[in-house]
This record gives sequence, structure tokens and C-alpha cells, in this order.
Amino acid sequence: MKSKKKRAVIKPADNVVAYLLMAPWLVGFIGMWLIPAVISIYYSFTDFNLLNTPKIIGLANYIRAFTQDKTFVQALKVTFSYVLILVPLRLAFALFVAMLLNKKHMCLGLYRTLYYVPSIIGGSIAVSVVWKQIFGNKGVFMTLLSVFGINQATSLLGNPKTALSVIILMGVWQFGSSMLIFLSALKQIPYSLYESAMVDGARPSYTFFRITLPMLTPTIFFNLILQIINGFRVFTESYVITDGGPLDSTLSYVLYLYRRAFTYFDMGYSCALAWILVAIIAVFTVIIFKTQKNWVYYESEEG
Amino acid sequence: MGMHKKRRINAVLFHLGACVLGFFMIYPLLWLAASSFKSNDTMFLDTYSLIPKVWDVVTNYSSGFAGISGVKFVTFFANSLMVTVIGTVGCVLTSLLAAYALSRIKFKFSGFWFGCVMMTMMIPPQVMVVPQYIILKKINLIDTRTALVLPWIFGGAFFIFLMVQFFRGIPRELDEAAEIDGCGKIKTLFLILVPVVKPAIITSSIFSFYWIWQDFFQPLIFMNSVDRFTIPLALNMYLDPNSYNNYGGLFAMSVISLLPVIIFFIIFQRYLVDGIAMDGIKG
Repeated sequence: MKSKKKRAVIKPADNVVAYLLMAPWLVGFIGMWLIPAVISIYYSFTDFNLLNTPKIIGLANYIRAFTQDKTFVQALKVTFSYVLILVPLRLAFALFVAMLLNKKHMCLGLYRTLYYVPSIIGGSIAVSVVWKQIFGNKGVFMTLLSVFGINQATSLLGNPKTALSVIILMGVWQFGSSMLIFLSALKQIPYSLYESAMVDGARPSYTFFRITLPMLTPTIFFNLILQIINGFRVFTESYVITDGGPLDSTLSYVLYLYRRAFTYFDMGYSCALAWILVAIIAVFTVIIFKTQKNWVYYESEEG
Repeated sequence: MGMHKKRRINAVLFHLGACVLGFFMIYPLLWLAASSFKSNDTMFLDTYSLIPKVWDVVTNYSSGFAGISGVKFVTFFANSLMVTVIGTVGCVLTSLLAAYALSRIKFKFSGFWFGCVMMTMMIPPQVMVVPQYIILKKINLIDTRTALVLPWIFGGAFFIFLMVQFFRGIPRELDEAAEIDGCGKIKTLFLILVPVVKPAIITSSIFSFYWIWQDFFQPLIFMNSVDRFTIPLALNMYLDPNSYNNYGGLFAMSVISLLPVIIFFIIFQRYLVDGIAMDGIKG
């Protein structure tokens, strides 16, 4: 205790060294985050197209988004569907595969590697190119269907009803990193818990819902937050594969923001859109944090 | 006997399932590689096949490397490489210094700054891109490779977090011993601690290399001149049927763009897997 107290006293020399070490990050934080954030908040209350001097219009940009802009509502719908379908699907699938791989089998390392590769390359343009060719017109999927005698007029990507599912599928395909995280979390569950369950003759479903799942909730909690944040950022897929189409059925929020800013040069409005996105993410994060006491199990609580 | 048989059947089923899943996971990549070797006019006859009917190893790659709008593909590759290497070195070094200060030195407001680091992880970078664009335009940095490096060289929250976690696992006695031997803080970091946190540094370097190499959003906004384009921007141009109607070249250069990623993956696999498992953070 005493030594801890002693250490808590800050030496002036340490202050200097610490701020020297922090300096590069601090410069970036101020220059790339803080100042842009302030500027962006200011622009969000203005009418600004890069050429004019920004004209303050109060909350008009925010009101416009929610009352007049149908495309904004569409982009919101698309992004919410994307996040709310993709994140649970990917986590569930990752957990399922991790459970299967968490047994003693040959070649486990090979499978683990194979499943992880898509996560590594998933964000690249090359993969979006492939996805576009596989599910697009005259693509692999259509050709295969026609081999089996099923001829379709439009591809999955050309149909407004199915285009988003193809993009979601691409996200599920990248389940590998979540799987690795689950695998390492599974390995940390004390074996003694399972042993005592076995002694009691518990069924596998009971062990899963009463031991495995509760022990994984801290991992699930953390990943849920990060994946939701990441999900709301979806851009490349939407831009490269479908360009938001057909009929705006894959128009992601960030793609819409990008178009507002760099196609229409509606800078003030797009800054407002950016802050609406921050607010949405914040609400999600707060909800998950608030509900965590109901479903996240921390060992220390039970003592 | 019965038990044995059942176990055997289970194992066979497991491997069968695992292989089928593995095939679907890797199919898009194999498909891309195979398509890059198919001749342009036969490509769409048997799109799904992974073995080209007519092998054409040269045409697609040579037409891909010939480039677009008078710029050779090698230029795009060089641009990407330069931005990625400088970005990675800057990113990892800045993150290392910050993580060391945040985890090993008691200083004023250290908790506050750590909170700021975590906050930057919560806010998507896309949110800042409009004001960043306006600032870069004001200081005449739009359409320069400097603009592409700037978002990275000031470190990244993910890497700072990863390294802080790693530092926390190292006994403090190590620093204290170094201090008694007369090492200053900075000397302690580079002589004593860097060798110990090497795995975290390698993991961070590879992830940051991947992210910068594959970054599309920021270059798309910051760059206009084709001769300064990075590979993702170039591929995006190859994709536009109005300016480049050559799928073979597109596929071939897509393969080239993935090569460094795959090679690094093969070499550093262990660090990537361990790094992810360690802090459980990457979505």
C-alpha cells in the first residue's frame, strides 16, 4: 500500500518526459481530431459549399435531414438493416465455428488460418471486385444457376430485394477475426467448470447456456460494441460493388455522406450528417453499456 | 468398439464440414487467381471454374501492368508502397511512445489522455473527413502523398490500446532495475522494453501495413492526379467500364494488390493470430 502511495506522487521530470513521448500523438489528436471536430460542428450549422463563406442557418441542416430528405431516411434504413443483421449473424457464426474448432482434431491450425484469411483481405478493393463478379450479371452465381436450369433475368446484385443480402454475406464471410477472439476466450474458461457439470450429468445444451455462453459474455460485449461501430462505417462495399444501387437499396450512410460532400459539395449538410452518425453510434454504445449488467457476466462479481 | 466407431464418424464429419467451409472461404481468392489466367474472350464462358480452359498467363498481366491514363501500374504500386511504409513506421513509433508513457509513467492528466485515445476509437474517421479535407485544401496539401500519410503517422488508438495492454503484462521491476542502473525513461524504453514488447510491435506493424495498403476512403477524397494514385484508387479506375474495358487486367492487378498482404500473412501468421487473441479488439 505504502509503496503504491509513494508512486502516485508525480515527479516533475516524469511529466516532461511523458509529454515529450506523447507529443507526436497529441499533435495528431489536436490537428486531425480536435480542430476538425470543432470546425465540423460549426459547419454543421451553416450553409457552405466550399466556395461561399459559410452562412449560419442554425439547426436547419439537422431539420432538413429528418423532415425533407428521403434519401437520408433510405440510407439510414439500409445501414441499420446492414448492422442489425450482420453483427449478430457474424458473431453467432464465429462462435459456432469457434466451438467446433475448440476440440482436439487434426489440422486445426490449417482450418483456423483458412477461415481467418477473408478477415485480413476483406476491406480491399480486390475483394469487392471479386464479389461484384461472383454475384453480378453473368457472374459465377448466375452461371451456376443456369447450369442447373434456373435462368434468372436479374442477378442478386441487380435486384433491389437481394442486393443488400449479398453485401451482408460478404461481411459474414469475414467472421474469422471474431472466431479467433472467441477461440482464445473459450480456452480461458476453467476446465473445472465443465468437469463438475459432467459429474452432475448435464446435457451439452445446458453446459453451453449455463457455462460457456455466460463466460463468453464479456468478449461478446466488447465485440458487439466494436462491430456495431465498424458496421456503421461501411463504405467500400457499397461504393465499389453496387454504387448504392439498385434503387438506393444498398446506399450506406457513409456513401450518402460522401456523395453529399464530394458530389454535391453540400459541406454544411454533410457535417450535420456526420454528427447524426456519431449520435447514433453513441446511443447504441450507451444502450449496450447500460444493459450490460443484465447480461454480461463478470467473474469478480460473484466472488 | 462402438465408442471408437462413433468417434471416428464424428471426426470424418468434422473434417468434411471444415473442408467444405474452408472451400467457400477461399473460393473467391482462388477464383480471382484463376480468372487472372483466363483469356479475356473465354472468361465468361465458364466463370465459376477454377481451372482456366485456355491458359493465358501473359496477356492479362501485361495489359494490367501497362496501366491506365498513361500511368503505368508500377507507379501506383510505388505510391502505395511509399505511403504504406512511411505511414506504418510513423504509426507504430508514435503509438509505441504514447503507449509507453500511458502505461509506465505517472504524469498529469494521463487518465484523461487515455480516455481521449479510447474516444478516437469510437468515432469513425469518416466523420472527420470533410473538415480534414477543408483544412488540407487550405494548406495546399490536397492531392499530395503527404495527405495520405498524415492520417496515419500520428498513431492509432487500436495500436496504442494493444501496446498498453502488452506493457501492463510486463513486470515493473524491469524498468526499476534499469533506472537503478542509470537508464533514463527513453533509454529504458528502447534498450530494455522494446525487445520485450517486440510481438506487439510486429503485430501492430502488420495490421497498420494492411490498413494503409488497403485504405480506399481517404485516398478517394484526398487525391485527384492519376499519377499519384495508390493501388486501391487505380483498381477503382480499372473497374470503370468507360475508361477501361478489360476484366483480365483488372483481375490480374487485383491479384498483384493482394500479394503483399498474403505474403505477410504467411510469414507473420503467428503474430496476427496471437495479437488478435490477446486484446480481442479487432472487429
